[in-house]
This record gives sequence, C-alpha cells and structure tokens, in this order.
Amino acid sequence: MKGIREISGKVFPLDRDHVDTDQIIPKQFLKKIDRQGFGQFLFFHWRYDDDGELRKDFHLDDAKYAGASIIVGGENFGCGSSREHAPWALQDFGFEVVIAPSFADIFYNNCLKNGILPINLEHTEVETLLEKGLRADYSLTVNLEQQTVHDGEGFESTFEIDPYWKQMLLNGWDEISITLSYEEQIEQYEKTRQE
Amino acid sequence: MKPKNIIEKLWDEHVVYQESGKPDLLYIDLHLVHEVTSPQAFEGLRLKDRSVRRPDLTFATMDHNVPTVNRTVINDEVAKTQMTRLDKNCKEFGIELADIHHPDQGIVHVIGPELGLTQPGKTIVCGDSHTSTHGAFGALAFGIGTSEVEHVLATQTLWQSKPKTLQIEVTGKLGFGVTAKDLILGIIAKFGVGSGAGHVIEFTGEAIRNLTMEERMTVCNMSIEAGAKAGIISPDETTFDYLKGKRHVPDGDQFQTAVEKWKSFASDDGASYDKTLQINGSEIEPQVTWGTNPSMGISISSHVPSPDQSTKKSEQEAIQRALAYMGLEGGEKIDEVPIDFVFIGSCTNSRLSDLRAAAEVVKGRKVKDSVTALVVPGSQSVKNQAEEEGLHKIFLDAGFEWRESGCSMCLAMNDDIVPPGKRCASTSNRNFEGRQGNGSRTHLVSPAMAAAAAIEGRFTDVREMMTVVH
Repeated sequence: MKGIREISGKVFPLDRDHVDTDQIIPKQFLKKIDRQGFGQFLFFHWRYDDDGELRKDFHLDDAKYAGASIIVGGENFGCGSSREHAPWALQDFGFEVVIAPSFADIFYNNCLKNGILPINLEHTEVETLLEKGLRADYSLTVNLEQQTVHDGEGFESTFEIDPYWKQMLLNGWDEISITLSYEEQIEQYEKTRQE
Repeated sequence: MKPKNIIEKLWDEHVVYQESGKPDLLYIDLHLVHEVTSPQAFEGLRLKDRSVRRPDLTFATMDHNVPTVNRTVINDEVAKTQMTRLDKNCKEFGIELADIHHPDQGIVHVIGPELGLTQPGKTIVCGDSHTSTHGAFGALAFGIGTSEVEHVLATQTLWQSKPKTLQIEVTGKLGFGVTAKDLILGIIAKFGVGSGAGHVIEFTGEAIRNLTMEERMTVCNMSIEAGAKAGIISPDETTFDYLKGKRHVPDGDQFQTAVEKWKSFASDDGASYDKTLQINGSEIEPQVTWGTNPSMGISISSHVPSPDQSTKKSEQEAIQRALAYMGLEGGEKIDEVPIDFVFIGSCTNSRLSDLRAAAEVVKGRKVKDSVTALVVPGSQSVKNQAEEEGLHKIFLDAGFEWRESGCSMCLAMNDDIVPPGKRCASTSNRNFEGRQGNGSRTHLVSPAMAAAAAIEGRFTDVREMMTVVH
C-alpha cells in the first residue's frame, strides 16, 4: 500500500444520512474472489435504473464530478453490512478520502486498512462542503500530516485521527507485518492462558 | 476494587500488548469464517506466504450464497466458485469446515452457539456484522472486514481501541405476544440507528434476565443496527443451562469449573458505564418497520409517519424518500398494508423457538393465496429438530415452502429474491433499499407477526390470533 501525505481533488457531495454498505455495493456484486474491479458497481442501484440507464436523480456520473477523489456524506456513513467490498468499490472508482459527520465503526476501520482516509468533520462544516460541492470543479486539499482540510477559498478545518493509524497511513505500512513482530508477546499470552 | 462491567473485564482479559498512543493488541479466541468475506483474505496470506496461526480456533461454514432448494446442483457459477474456493482454502490451511452437505451446516451465527463454540468470556470475530449475536452468551463478539479477517488468520489478534460502554436497561416485563424481536426493534426505533456508535452495548434489566438464550441472541444480533460495535448480556444460569451438553463445551467436573469462571465475567454490582439508556419493556407493542432503516419502526396499532411530523428538513426528506421507496403514504394504518411475501429465517430469527412461535400461529390456518411464504431454518440441526416435532408439516399444510438452511432471503445473494415493488414481511434484520432484491420492500417483524401476516395477507396484530395463557 502506498503512503498518503496530501490529497487534492474534486468533491462529490452525497447529501444523505445513513448511507449503508448495501447501497455502496449491492450484494449481487460480492461474489468475486479478488479485490479488483468493484468501482463499476459503486452505488449501482442509485446510479442505474432497471434498464441499465443512468438515473437523473443521482449525480455521480455527471460530467462535473468526473475524476472526483473526495466524497462528502451524511451521518452514520457506511452503516450495515461489514463488507469490505464497499471501500474497495470507492477506491476502485477513484475515491481516496471520505468526509462525514459520523461513520459506522466497521466501515471506518475498513477504510483505514485500505489506505482510504475517513475524516470526521463537524455537522455544520459538512453542510458547507455539501453545498459548495454542488459547484462544478469544487476541490479540497487534505493534509494528513497536518490533519487539515481546506479549499483555498476560505474553508479551513482540522480533523482528529488515531496517531497509530496516522502513522500507518503516512507510511503505507502492512499491519500484519507489524503485528508479526509481536510474535513473542502473542506466544507468551497463549502460554499464560493455558495455565 | 472498583466494580467492573463485563465489557471492561473481557477487554482486560484479552489484551496481549498495550502501549500508550496505540490501540491494544487483543487476542481472539474464536474466528468464524464464511464464503463471501474470506476469499481475498486467504489470497492475501498466500501472496505473502503466511500461514493460519491457530486453525484450531477457526471454524468455517457456507451460508450466504447457498441454495435453499436442491443442493446437488448449484446453477450460480460465481457463487459456486466462492464455495469451492472456501473448501480449497480450508483444506490448504487446515480449517474445519461445515460445507453445504455437512450435517452441521447453517448460518454461522446459528451454528456457533449450537455447537457450543460460542462461550462466555470469549472474544469472537467473523467477517459479518451480525457477529454481535454471540454477545448473548457474555462473549465480546463483533464483525470485521476482510483485511481484519486476514489479520486474525495470520496473527490470532487485532489492534483495537477500547470501545465506550453503553448500558441499555430494559425494566419491567414484556407483554403478552411481545417478543425479543419487538423489544430490539422498539429499542432501535426509540434511540435511533446511531445510538450505539462507538460503544459496546450491555443489555441489562428484568426483561433481559427473563429472556431465553435464543431470545437474547435476537436482541444482541441487532445491536449492530443501533450502530454499536457489539451487544452483550452478562451470563447467568440461563446461559449455563443452554450450554450444558453442547459438543464443544467441557463436560463433567470441567463443566462446573468452566461455569465458575464464566460467572466471574458477569458485570459487578455497581459497575459504571459511559452512558446509560432506559426503556420500559412493558410499554413495547408488536413492531413493524415501515421505512428503509431499522429505526423506522412503529407499533402494529400505529400509523405510518408523515414528513410533516418532523421539524428538521433532513428528516423530512429522509421520511419522504423512504415512503416513496416503500410505496406508502404518510398517515396510512400499518395493519391495512397488504403484503406479497413472507420470509421466516435469518441469523436474527431462524432458531427452533422462532419456528415454534410461527408454527403456533400458522397451525390449522392457510397462507393467503396472494402471498408467497417461506421458512428457512437457520441450520441443518434446526431443520432436523423442527421436522422431528412435525413443524414442517404445519408450515407445508398451510402453504409455506420449507427450505434448506442458509442466509437466503435476508440478503438475497442466492435465488431467494423478492421481486421489484413487492412487499415482504421479514423476520430478518435489515430493511435497506434493495436488501431482499432490487426494488424490494422489506418490513421487519417477529416470527409470530410474520406468520400472522402470511395468513391475513396484510400486517396484523398477532395477539388477536393467539390464545391467552392464564
């Protein structure tokens, strides 16, 4: 996994609360056995009608959002099923950052493990971004090192992230390799439990 | 010593390594694996030439994809690949597997308890959000993603930040005809789908103590629908009675030793929590969800809400959107809404007691002509026991379909799909858009309420169809 420092990109605003992982990637696309190629199915039933035509009331495929890499959503983003196919689909589509006032726990973790940066901002800040995001070419710059988000036209904010995960993301480290270096502690624990 | 709650006790018991500025490294006692969220994890091990650290603490089954009719031919080639791959992975890494033809096969959250793999005091994970089910036994059990599945396979641990604790105290007694499903739907309707975020919920109080183990599983199963990391209930005599004699539970003198240990995990008197919520169990009525998330639920005697009932614009829009998707009008009486499908099954409500409750309502009655109704037992063992009791005959005589075990129509990954625009009374756990099939409309209910809906062809207060026991 490559490390993340700074990400600048176009914003896609998704003004809905409780966006569940069934919407992010519907179940009929979960049968693959690799991690690639899920982007085409992202928000499938919100993007396409029954005839496979693009829906008019969902804007992900609008020309103005082409190449967007930052998605801004509502409360409890990523709730429901634990499927990691949801962040895989977001990433494969091109999203590197998800901003929301709150996240579902499993989804939040799944993002971190895949090098997608989930950012909690205040409700009012997210509302501002959702509104500004309606404009074509509205972009944000996210700096993980500084823990800042700004748009270069007045919006500026900071965010919290667990220092452990910050390090992991900055360096793009493989978590399992790190854990395996605690082999001794794990063995010790197993021995103590047996007694 | 400061009194501790069960969540704190289990956490402390499982910390392998602790360092400030880092999450804790937590030991995992039981890892349950299924076909959908594991293939990429095994592939990851293979790519890095890693092995499974504790195959003996890992157990696999097939449930999400499996057909519930004719198991000999699997038409869905992609699903078949996932099942074949799980079989191959389990063989290669030495993991016990209850495959589609195995007598232990079933929904992973049904068979864990059935086999006695689920025990008080354990940390249990699975690549499935409803792993919270196992918390009913006083285990710390939570769902994980595929990267974490790989991490647990390789290390038997997870880096985890200590969650906050939330006590939900259910006072009073549940009324006649009111089930554990109504209780948990009532809790989520009252407190919301985000109420448990960042927390592990411990359910306490008189109404919880009076629940059987299978009812407790229903409650803990849906903790995730309140946004919680996990749900848990302190173990007691009900727990120990259930576990006695189960295959993986120690027997003889060792059982008594285990019970003493398990007792010590229960929350201490006077334990404190980061947050406490209260609800009076006696005020809960049979529930039906009307919308597209599990908190959009009402009592059977109520009306579907209108957007103008809320003052917040975002809530008005959410109600409007849900009503449009569900094909309902604000103000409609829920017990006048006709249904097309009934699904009795899922890790929430597919155990023997669920099937008994539904059969009691169904006995001697007929499913409405306009309704397609199916019963999908949670496991082969549940199916066999139900057949020994003759429950299958009751269902079949009434016009229900009687199927093989699996997740089935809860998430419609196999052929059990609710067609677009059709309305289903379902004993499952999620009413999200398209959950039971693209365009499907799901209403979550208890098994007894689902059975009643099948007979009447609309939602109905099951209490009017039940004999009052004095």
